[in-house]
Amino acid sequence: MADALARLWGEFAAKRWRTRIRAMSPIGTLGRDQGLWLVAAATASLAPHVAQLPGWLSALCGLLLGWRALLLWQRQPPPARPVILLLAIAAGVSVWTEFGHLLGKDPGVAMLAVLLGLKLLEIRAARDIRAAVLLCFFLQLAVFFEDQSLGVAALALCGTLLSVVTLLALGDPAAGNLERLRTGVILLAHGIPFMLALFLLFPRVQGPLWGLPTDAFSARTGLSESMSPGSISDLGQSAEIALRAAFAGPLPAPAQRYWRGPVLTEFDGKSWRASRFDEASTPFYTPAGPHLDYNLTVEAHNRRWVLALDFPGANPGSLRYASDYQLRSMQPLSVRTRFDLRSYPETAVGLSETDVVLAAARRLPESFNPRSRALASRLAADATSDEAILQRVVAHLRDSRLTYTLRPPPLGRESVDDFLFETRHGFCEHFASAFTFLMRATGVPARVVTGYQGGEINPVDGNLVVRQADAHAWAEVWLASRGWTRVDPTALSAPRRIEDGLAAALPDGELLPLFLRPELSWLRHLRFRWEAVSNAWNQRVLGYNPDRQREFLSGLGLARTDWSMLAGLLSGVMLALFASLLIWTGWRRRSRDPLERSWALFSAKLARRRLARRDWEGPLDYGDRISAALPQHADGLRDIAASYARLRYGNGTSVAEARALARKISELEIS
Amino acid sequence: MPATAKTSTVVRNALDRLLFRTGAPEAAPIRLGQRRIYLLPTPAGVAFALALLVMLIASINYNLSLGYGLVFLLAGTAVASIVHAFRNLLGLSVRPGRCDPVFCGDDAVFHLVLDNPRGVRRPALTLRAHGCRTAFALGAGEQGDVALACPTSRRGSFAIGRTILETTWPLGLIRAWSVFVPDLRCLVYPAPEADPPPLPSGQTGNIRGEQSSGEGDDDFAGLRAHQRGDSPRHVAWKVLARGGPMLIKQFAGHGGDDVVLAWTALPPSMDDEARLSRLAAWLLAAERSGCPYALRLPTASQPAGRGEAQLRRCLQWLALFGTAAEHPGHG
Repeated sequence: MADALARLWGEFAAKRWRTRIRAMSPIGTLGRDQGLWLVAAATASLAPHVAQLPGWLSALCGLLLGWRALLLWQRQPPPARPVILLLAIAAGVSVWTEFGHLLGKDPGVAMLAVLLGLKLLEIRAARDIRAAVLLCFFLQLAVFFEDQSLGVAALALCGTLLSVVTLLALGDPAAGNLERLRTGVILLAHGIPFMLALFLLFPRVQGPLWGLPTDAFSARTGLSESMSPGSISDLGQSAEIALRAAFAGPLPAPAQRYWRGPVLTEFDGKSWRASRFDEASTPFYTPAGPHLDYNLTVEAHNRRWVLALDFPGANPGSLRYASDYQLRSMQPLSVRTRFDLRSYPETAVGLSETDVVLAAARRLPESFNPRSRALASRLAADATSDEAILQRVVAHLRDSRLTYTLRPPPLGRESVDDFLFETRHGFCEHFASAFTFLMRATGVPARVVTGYQGGEINPVDGNLVVRQADAHAWAEVWLASRGWTRVDPTALSAPRRIEDGLAAALPDGELLPLFLRPELSWLRHLRFRWEAVSNAWNQRVLGYNPDRQREFLSGLGLARTDWSMLAGLLSGVMLALFASLLIWTGWRRRSRDPLERSWALFSAKLARRRLARRDWEGPLDYGDRISAALPQHADGLRDIAASYARLRYGNGTSVAEARALARKISELEIS
Repeated sequence: MPATAKTSTVVRNALDRLLFRTGAPEAAPIRLGQRRIYLLPTPAGVAFALALLVMLIASINYNLSLGYGLVFLLAGTAVASIVHAFRNLLGLSVRPGRCDPVFCGDDAVFHLVLDNPRGVRRPALTLRAHGCRTAFALGAGEQGDVALACPTSRRGSFAIGRTILETTWPLGLIRAWSVFVPDLRCLVYPAPEADPPPLPSGQTGNIRGEQSSGEGDDDFAGLRAHQRGDSPRHVAWKVLARGGPMLIKQFAGHGGDDVVLAWTALPPSMDDEARLSRLAAWLLAAERSGCPYALRLPTASQPAGRGEAQLRRCLQWLALFGTAAEHPGHG
C-alpha cells in the first residue's frame, strides 16, 4: 500500500514540473506511404504533358519527383526551404525565357508542372498535401487542352484515383494500402452517377466566355490557303482523320465524294492562292436535284472552311456561304465540330458568273511556262467552243501518260513546263496546276479547288472516314452553258485514285504509308474498330454541346427547356441519387437470429420506461430488476426473461417455444 | 477577457442547447442516430470547391468536354464523400467509462466506451472536449475504450461536458460531427502544496515524525468493515475463521498521536484554496507516515483512519469543499 501511495505521490511530483506534451494528431506528417501515393498521383498527372512541355522542363519535373520519392523511401526530411525557393526562382525565370511571357496556356501549364514538383519537395503539413493534390487536378485538366481521346481520359481517371487515394491516405494513416485503393474505387464509383447527371443536365454554355490567349490552339495539319508543288503530297503521308461523315441514306458514289475546301484562283507562277470572295448567309446558287443528308464531324483545323460535299443547301444554322461555293463557319474550327448538312451534288453553279471573277480565272503571269503556253495555243487552235478546248486538253493529258506518285521530283521555276515535259511525275497538285494553267492559257476561265476526295468506309460503324491522306486538288472550268464544271485532271492519269483511293492509284513498287499497305489488313481492321470507338466517344462525349443537350432533353420529352427548368431537373436527379446513397448507408444486415431479435425488441419496449437492459445484465437479473420496477407486470416480465434464458442457455431449444416467446414479446404492452 | 470568455461560453451553451439539444448529461448509451450527426465542409472542402469552380470555368471557356467530365467526377466524389463521412459516425454508441480522480494541474483522463455495431471499420475518428482531442479508429464490430486527457485547472468535480465526436474521413472535405454530453465527471483534488510545513501532531500541534513506526497499534479500539487497501496485518482473522465478515482491527494510538488536520488550525491569513492545498499535502504526508489521521473541515469531518480509502475520502472532501456537489460517496 505504501508503494502505491509513493507511486501516486511520485507521479504527481514528476508531472507537476514537466512540460505537458499533448499527443499530436498524426495528420500533418507525410508518412512514406502517403508520400509515395502523392508522388504516384503527380507522376500520372505530369506524364501526359511530357510531349508538350519543353524537354528540359520534363526532365526537371522528373528529377524533382525522383528526388522526393528517394527522400521518402529513405525516410529523409525534405530539403531546406531556401533551396526550394532558389529552385523555384530559377525555374520561373527559365519558363519566362523559354516562352517569352508567362500569360497563356503553354507557360501556364509549364508553371503548374514546376509548381507541383516543387510543392512535393516542400511538403510539411497536411495543407501542403492538399494543395499538391489540387495542382494534380489542374494538371489533369490541362491535358485536355491538347488531347481528349479515350486513352487520355483513361489516364486522367487513373490520376484522379491516385489523387483521391492520396487524400484517403492523408485522412486515415492507419489503413492499409489495399484498403485505401478499395475505398478510393468505391468513392469514385459512387461519384460516377453524380457525374453522369451533371454531365448530361448541367446547363451547357458554348465557350469561350472571353478571349482566349493567342496560343490557345496549336497549329494543326491540314489544308492551307495556298498550294504549291509538294504541299498536298506532304499530307499524303498522314493517317490523321480530317473529317467523318455519317449519311442518313445511301452513300454518295465515289465520284461524288469531293469535300470542298479553299478555292485557289490567283497564280503567281509558283503557287496558287485564294482570291477575294463574298460571303452570304444563303448560297449563291439554287440547290436542285437529288440530295444527300449527312452529318459531318470536322476535326479542329483552326480555319473556317467546313469541307462540305458539293454543293450544300441552305442551312438554318450560323454557317456562311462563299461566292466560290465553300461552306464556312463563323469562327475558326478550333474544336472538333459537328454539322448536320444536306448537299445537292447535281446543282448547276455559276451560270451567271461576274466578269470580275471570270477575269481573275483567266489571269496568268506573263513570263512563266512558255512551252505550256505554246502547247495551249496549239490545242486551242481552230477550236469552236470552250467545250471543245476542254475536251482537247483532257485528251492531251490523258494521252501524255503522266505518272501519279506520292514522291514527285522537285520542279524548277517553270513548274508546269517541268512537270508536263521533263519530270512527268506528279501528285494531284501538279495535275490540277498544269490543267488549270493550260485552260487559262487557252482563255477558258479555270481555277484550282482544294479539299478532300474519297474516304474510307469504316465497316464497324458505317461512317465515311476522310483522312489527311485524302487531301486532293482538282480544277473547275467555267463553261457558258454549264457554269463552273468540275474536272479532275488526276483522274485522267490515275483513274483509280477517284474510285479506289490513293493506295490503288499509286503505281506498283511505290512505298505506301504503313496504314495503307494491303498486307497489313488485320492492322487496318483493328484500326477500324478503334476509330469507330473513338468516333462514338467524339460524338457522344466530346461532342456533347448545347445543341446535343437540347436534342437529348427533347428526346426525354422536354421540348422547351430553360435554365430554371434544367436547374430544377438537375437538383431533382442529384437529390434522388443522394437519397439512394443514403438508403445504402442506412441499410444494415439485421440480426439473423430470431430469438436475438425478439430479445432486442423486449429491451426496446422497456426502454420506453427507461428500463433498457444493461449490457452486463444477464436475462434473469434483468427480469428481476424490471419486475421490481413494474410490479403490475412482474409475472409476465419475469416469465419472458426466464424463458429467454432457458431458450438461449438451456439444452434442447424448441422452435415452438421460441415462437411462443416471440409472440409474447410482440404482444407485450406496458401501460 | 474573462468576462468575454464567460459571455462566449454562455452564448455557445445556449446555441448548443438550441441547435444540438445538449444540456444535462444524457443517459447511456448515447447512440448516434441520423438526427444528431451534422455535416459541413471543412476549409479544405471550401478550397476544393473553389478549385473545381476555376476548373469548370476553364472547361467552359475552352469547350473541354472531358474537363466537364473531370470536374463533375470530382464534384460527384465529393458529394459521395458526404455520405461516407455521415456513415462513418452513424450507429456508433457512446457510454461513459471510468475516470480516475487526479490532482489539480494533472490531466483528467476521461474514458469513453465507443461501440461500433456495424461490420465495417470506422477510421479517422476524433473525440474532442475542453479543447483537447484524441484521434482513434474503431475496428469492425469493435467496442473500444477511448481515453481523452484534458488538463485541469480547478479542483472540484470536472464534468466532461459538451463532447464532440467528429470525422473528416474519407477525403477531408466534409466534417461530420455529433455533440453529446456523457454523464462522466472527474474528481479533481486540490493540488498539494509544493513545500508544506511539517505535519501537525494531534491537537497540541507537536510535530510527529517518522519515529513512531509502531503504527499506533497499542490499544485495540474496535472493529470496522474491511476496505480496499487495508493491510492484511490488521484483518481480524479470528472473526473471519469463525465464518464472520472480513473485519479490520482498529487501534487507538497514544492519546494525541492521531494527526488531526483541521481547517481551523491553519493560520487565518490563508485563503481557502491555499488551505485546501496545504491540507492535501498534509494528507499525503500523513498517509505516508503511516499513522491514522482525521480531517476536520467547517462543513464536514472525517474520523481518523488510514489507508488509500481514507486518503481518497479525505481528498474528496477537500476537492468538493464549498461546491454544490459536496456530498460524500461520490466517485
